[in-house]
Amino acid sequence: MDLIEISYFDLGLAGLLVILLAAVSWWARLGIGHRLLIAAARTIIQLSLIALVLEALFAADGFFWIALMATVMVLIAGREVASRQERRFIRGQSFAIGTLSIFLSGFSVTVFALLVIIGPDPWYSPQYAIPLLGMMLGNTMTGVAVSLDRLTQSAWDHRAVIENRLMLGETWQSAIGHLRRDAMRSGMIPTINAMATAGIVSLPGMMTGQILSGTTPALAVRYQILIMLAIAVGTGFGTMAGVLIASRNLFDGRQRLRLDRLQTPNGSKW
Amino acid sequence: MLLFKDLTTANLTPQTRQLDNGRIVCLSGASGSGKSLLLRALADLDAHEGEVFLDVTLQSATPAHLWRQWVRLVPAESQWWSDSVRDHFAESPDPADLNALLLPDTALEWPVSRLSSGEKQRLALLRAISTAPRALLLDEPTANLDQTARLAVEDWLIMKIRANDWPTLWVAHDEDQIQRVADQHWQLESGQLIELEPA
Repeated sequence: MDLIEISYFDLGLAGLLVILLAAVSWWARLGIGHRLLIAAARTIIQLSLIALVLEALFAADGFFWIALMATVMVLIAGREVASRQERRFIRGQSFAIGTLSIFLSGFSVTVFALLVIIGPDPWYSPQYAIPLLGMMLGNTMTGVAVSLDRLTQSAWDHRAVIENRLMLGETWQSAIGHLRRDAMRSGMIPTINAMATAGIVSLPGMMTGQILSGTTPALAVRYQILIMLAIAVGTGFGTMAGVLIASRNLFDGRQRLRLDRLQTPNGSKW
Repeated sequence: MLLFKDLTTANLTPQTRQLDNGRIVCLSGASGSGKSLLLRALADLDAHEGEVFLDVTLQSATPAHLWRQWVRLVPAESQWWSDSVRDHFAESPDPADLNALLLPDTALEWPVSRLSSGEKQRLALLRAISTAPRALLLDEPTANLDQTARLAVEDWLIMKIRANDWPTLWVAHDEDQIQRVADQHWQLESGQLIELEPA
């Protein structure tokens, strides 16, 4: 079954609808037209560029190029984690924690799915590896970013409680335990909710895409289940690693709360 | 006995002093003179220079949480993180202690949200001594109390400190209180501990 071609003219029609929406919003003085147009333009440009990159990657088909692409993706995801923090760790530690957590979870679960479960030949075949890695990293990144932000912010807000518990002789793990659970939960909830409502409220994007391109629903659903389980595992381990490393880093060897290791908001980007 | 040698904090020049078992040393000084920082250093909550000993045990050679179980700092503002008062106590305290602090036996069942600042302060003292400390660091333990409760808390603390032989450092501003409770009186002034006559 061949996919129906979408021409640039067809895309133009969709773009016209966005411009219409912007015009209506401008007319009604709702003030989102400007941002909407910029975001739409970014979508068009970024996705067109990534199409070029993927085409080149598919043509080259060498392990080195795919590994390079994967490395860049992991580093960008780590940087994104750091940039979403209200109170970053000093000296780029948020970037390091984010990158490490994402590498440990999102990256290794992807490699596991490729090597053991899907098994394309070669295992790093870009048609499978790159989209899979992209979805894994995107979700893991969000989980890690949300949970780290929650952890550092709540440690800042509840400094007095943490220190009072330390004064009563609790270990640092126990003194920050309730905040750690809270951070873990806030990082995992979107993924858990997505699994709970999949197929009922929303049809997941990848499955929809595969069905559009002619895959049978039965196979598309199996891919989607695999992806969602992999995302849950990746996000879970990534969030866990991030929360454990970051909470350890909030204390020193004498189990003192070290909020001086956090920057104030609006500090430098790194 | 709690002993510190060349203890140095952000606003304390190297000081060497000893707190004897079962005796109360009152610590006074202008706000910002570093009284709380001295207490925090003794409990190892802030980085500091110098050595602290509890009898023969060296602070830096003891796991930090164990040290803080022994050297118990009670902050001026107590914190409560669970909904019920009881959740903050590992074991039920003796009703006699509750009554001595002018609290009813049922105080343990109160929700934290209904506690007044004075009730919080008294319950925090009870909580602090309920897990067998070996030394007490009290940061203005009667700051939020009216005169009746203040005297009751003083009597109860003195009784407990004598009975358990706890070396005690007690931050106090009120001259009358210092007269009532102090065995020794230190004044913290420009980074130095100055020994004053207690009476």
